[in-house]
Amino acid sequence: MQSRDPLVLAEQAREGQQAAGARLIRMLEEGDEGALAGLRALLPHAGQAQLLGVTGPPGAGKSTLVDRIVGELRRRGRRVGVIAIDPSSPFSGGAILGDRVRMQTHATDPNVFIRSMATRGQLGGLARTTFEATTVLDAMGYDVILIETVGVGQDEVDVVELAHTTAVVSIPGMGDDIQAIKAGILEIGDVFVVNKADLPGADRVAKQLAAMLHLREPPEDGWDPPIVKTESERARGVDGLVDVFEAHRAHLEASGGLARKVVHRRERVFQDLLRERAAAQVLAAAPEGGAPVLDALKSGEIDPYEAVDRLFERETLAKH
Amino acid sequence: MHERKIRVLLAKLGLDSHTVGVTVIAQSLRDAGMEVIYTGLRQTPEMVVQAAIQEDVDVIGISSLSGAQMQHIPKVLTRLREEGVDDKLVVVGGVIPDEDAESLKAAGVGAVFTMGARTGDIAEFIHSWWDAQRGASDAQDR
Repeated sequence: MQSRDPLVLAEQAREGQQAAGARLIRMLEEGDEGALAGLRALLPHAGQAQLLGVTGPPGAGKSTLVDRIVGELRRRGRRVGVIAIDPSSPFSGGAILGDRVRMQTHATDPNVFIRSMATRGQLGGLARTTFEATTVLDAMGYDVILIETVGVGQDEVDVVELAHTTAVVSIPGMGDDIQAIKAGILEIGDVFVVNKADLPGADRVAKQLAAMLHLREPPEDGWDPPIVKTESERARGVDGLVDVFEAHRAHLEASGGLARKVVHRRERVFQDLLRERAAAQVLAAAPEGGAPVLDALKSGEIDPYEAVDRLFERETLAKH
Repeated sequence: MHERKIRVLLAKLGLDSHTVGVTVIAQSLRDAGMEVIYTGLRQTPEMVVQAAIQEDVDVIGISSLSGAQMQHIPKVLTRLREEGVDDKLVVVGGVIPDEDAESLKAAGVGAVFTMGARTGDIAEFIHSWWDAQRGASDAQDR
């Protein structure tokens, strides 16, 4: 029987036992409080992996592209982890996670670890515990971790906070030319991929992307995002894309950008955790765990602002 | 926040290419609140077991409509044992003759759903297995 002791799991995961790493990720995903001890035991061993984000609209071919990138990385001798994220149903809370279907090439490669995650209500294109899952894979010694987001629209850009390098994938024929990659999503790409480049219109998409990128202010960090054309089905252009990932990593290391990203992410994790715990503590301190205030809110007796005020009054009163 | 969800791997083994059934099951399990990892066609027992381990699923569901169930499914069970995996439920659905269903169950398959089973039966079976499991593990924690 697989252990549920987080420290044992952490140790076994470090030794490379996939079942132990998978179980720890599961416990973290479920919000098991004890699991954080396992995560913390792994933290000192994490930080070596290169984190690559792959994002883009639904149907852009992200999963197939990820499969081919894994193939190219394996050819270069890297051990690879993949976190593939799909949306949870807002109605049942269930999910169908189908990204593995396109990643069968590596299904029995012991140096590839693929984990599907459901968003579980998290907005922003990632699952709530994506960061924790990447930390586990990182400490398990995977050299590169690919994070495939849900199919995104214009605002699901959280991956940029997590990944060192973000690839934004688009394809020809998505209607109003560049619809799929306007606004927010254009700002987060370290590299832009025009996938399915054998389809008509690929050159036009690439040219439009180039034009839009040149309209921006020159990037502060001195990295000009390249545009790479790929055909995932035939694995064309993927070696060039992996070259770009390596070049961007070298750029980040030389410019100090990597260190800044790491610090930024630590802050973000701290802020998220603080917010979560503070909220839990305020509720715990309120009479009946805040149930009467919640009831009043639901019945429409008070508005959300009043509800929060009431909880804090009680909090303060309890202390004085 | 403590939120446990049942995770289910759905797979089709060998050359069996009938996907309608497995797709319907995937949707019905999702609608019952489960997270369903669908791995697609032409799986080998090794692929199924590695995916089940990496995804840490509770349940492995195998759809078989090609008549090759006795060729593939016992190999999945053997492989699970070889990998030391003993806490996952294996269920089978499809066109399975009674005698095959009996020998699969004898070999360790938790349930076999054949023609005439309602889609809801599978979710129901998994839920009751899950409740029994959870009762057992809570007792262990105490």
